[in-house]
Amino acid sequence: MFYREAGQFKTSYQDDMAVFPIRQDRIGVAIILAAACAIPPFLDNFVVGTVLVPFLVFSLAAVGLNLLTGYTGLLSLGTGAFMGVGAYACYKLTTIFPGVNILVWILVSGFFAAAIGVVFGLPSLRIKGFYLAVATLAAQFFLEWCFVRIPWLFNYNISGAIEVPNRSLFGIPVVGPNATPLTRYYAILAIVVALTWIASNIVRGRIGRMWMAVRDMDIAAELMGIRLLRAKLLAFAVSSYFCGVAGAVMMFLWYGGGEAKDAFSINLSFTILFMVIIGGLGSLTGAFFGAALLHLVPIFLKFGLPALGFPIGGATAEHLTHIIIGALIVFFLIVEPHGLARLWATAKQKLRLWPFPY
Amino acid sequence: MLYNVFVDPFVQMADMPDLLVQVLWEGTVAGVLYALIALGFVLIFKASGVFNFAQGIMVVFAALTLVGLHEKGVPALLALAITVGVMYALAWSIERVVLRPLVNQPDIILFMATFGITYLIIGLGEFIFGGRPKAMITDQLFLPRGAIDVHMLGGRVTFQKLDIAAAVIAGLMVLLLAVFFQKTRIGRALRAVADSHKAALSVGISLNQIWVVVWFTAGLVALVTGIMWGARSDVSFGLQIIALKALPVLILGGFTSVPGAIIGGLIIGIGEKMGEFYWGPLVGGGIESWLAYLIALIFLLFRPQGLFGDKIIERI
Repeated sequence: MFYREAGQFKTSYQDDMAVFPIRQDRIGVAIILAAACAIPPFLDNFVVGTVLVPFLVFSLAAVGLNLLTGYTGLLSLGTGAFMGVGAYACYKLTTIFPGVNILVWILVSGFFAAAIGVVFGLPSLRIKGFYLAVATLAAQFFLEWCFVRIPWLFNYNISGAIEVPNRSLFGIPVVGPNATPLTRYYAILAIVVALTWIASNIVRGRIGRMWMAVRDMDIAAELMGIRLLRAKLLAFAVSSYFCGVAGAVMMFLWYGGGEAKDAFSINLSFTILFMVIIGGLGSLTGAFFGAALLHLVPIFLKFGLPALGFPIGGATAEHLTHIIIGALIVFFLIVEPHGLARLWATAKQKLRLWPFPY
Repeated sequence: MLYNVFVDPFVQMADMPDLLVQVLWEGTVAGVLYALIALGFVLIFKASGVFNFAQGIMVVFAALTLVGLHEKGVPALLALAITVGVMYALAWSIERVVLRPLVNQPDIILFMATFGITYLIIGLGEFIFGGRPKAMITDQLFLPRGAIDVHMLGGRVTFQKLDIAAAVIAGLMVLLLAVFFQKTRIGRALRAVADSHKAALSVGISLNQIWVVVWFTAGLVALVTGIMWGARSDVSFGLQIIALKALPVLILGGFTSVPGAIIGGLIIGIGEKMGEFYWGPLVGGGIESWLAYLIALIFLLFRPQGLFGDKIIERI
């Protein structure tokens, strides 16, 4: 009734190509952004720290992987390692140049991940599909090994962990033990919004169309004059950049230090891939949906159910989480193999006609 | 440095041939076990085109069911029979609940669905049998223990009896599967489905039935693998990591080739152990975790479909 674009005329090409061509969508996004800025100060620190912050980090990584897997059709299982590269690069940079603002280094560390990503993306020119997925596992395990065996990366700490130093912005501690979850949340929010905006502009422009042509059939794309070498490596670079930034953010703004070996393991790679597929391949909104589903359901089972009066112990909760997540993955795939984003699109289509049947 | 990489390891090999034999044997055994897991993948991929990520957890689940039943007081052989039944039930329910609604979907969706199955089985297994590692019931299943020392090449080489048994059983298993595929009615139907789903359907082969059979066969392979791996270490959920080790074996041998899985397994197993033993110390050890992938990657650059895989033909 109210979600209808009647009367909104597109009078220029620019209008037609806008990210949100429908006014209601623009209003909706503005409301979501405003809520994301305005509501957290009234929330518990615990909620901000364990629900919102990880959700944003996962979303960013899922957006990054979606550029590679969803838009370019290259399956990668090295996401966790690329995130690790970002985290370690950020750590080295901020210890070598402590004077520079940490947010700058978080954004710069993505370039290191991009470089590594390009190197491990080279096999994608020769091999495809699941073969490529296994090839990227080489990146995962090799980089994981590097994180443990090269002490220079963690500044010869005895613990082998990344120790997050105190860094502040405009006098407010953003990173380190003194930073409150709220400031960290705002820092992440700014990064995620900025990068998602960039991503949405990349994928609907020339580069994005090039990637999608490669995804749909790379030989045909090559015949049409798309250089596969450049397209695929660019996809690896951009995707790894996003993942690297997500990794740096994860280590510095969420974990606040710790043993990166466990944090950037193969499980993280799989989790991010789940988020992308469950959310919807080739959809940036889907990346957020996927991250929300796979991150919030376990948290709800762990903390929400006891709070609602269903007493379940720690171990049982974990087993139940596995069962429920597994069942949910299968359920959503059967209901809508194209992911939550497609469900959302269908719902919007229905809303457009509501309350009439057609 | 160059000497350390290119000369010294070979000097070591020549100096101590007994040690070389030992390393080769260890590699062979590891390779056979990798090959067994890879076999489970290949069976399912050939027949249904599904890249079954759940194979690793099926290995754990089968072994866990066996040991768990025995702990509850069921005699070992009866427990074995019940476990076989459980694997059949698992295959049937996977086909009915997951595969049938998802027929004709893109590969990646089916791949993702097997992730869902993995989670489900992990949760179920932990729920029923608990998360603690268990010891495999080696003696009750008449598996030999102890070791044979052979004096050869001026030294002593130790062969674990269990490893010999594993190699023999794996060999038998492959032989049985080969006979099953070549000679029986169902085996032929399986090969027909592997060649072309549509053609198989048109001559009256029931895809659903074939899928149950294939998943059940993969479950049996998983059970044997689980017993063998469980006997060598413990039965725990950590075992599913070895499923990842089977992936380089798969791409090396090709997703669609049974002999490829065996030969790929041996190449990876031996290459990994040799690399770790002779070249590992140069870079601080622990290279076993990624060396297999590197070997597979190098092979892939020359043969993108693996050693024995079907040739990839692309049409526009």
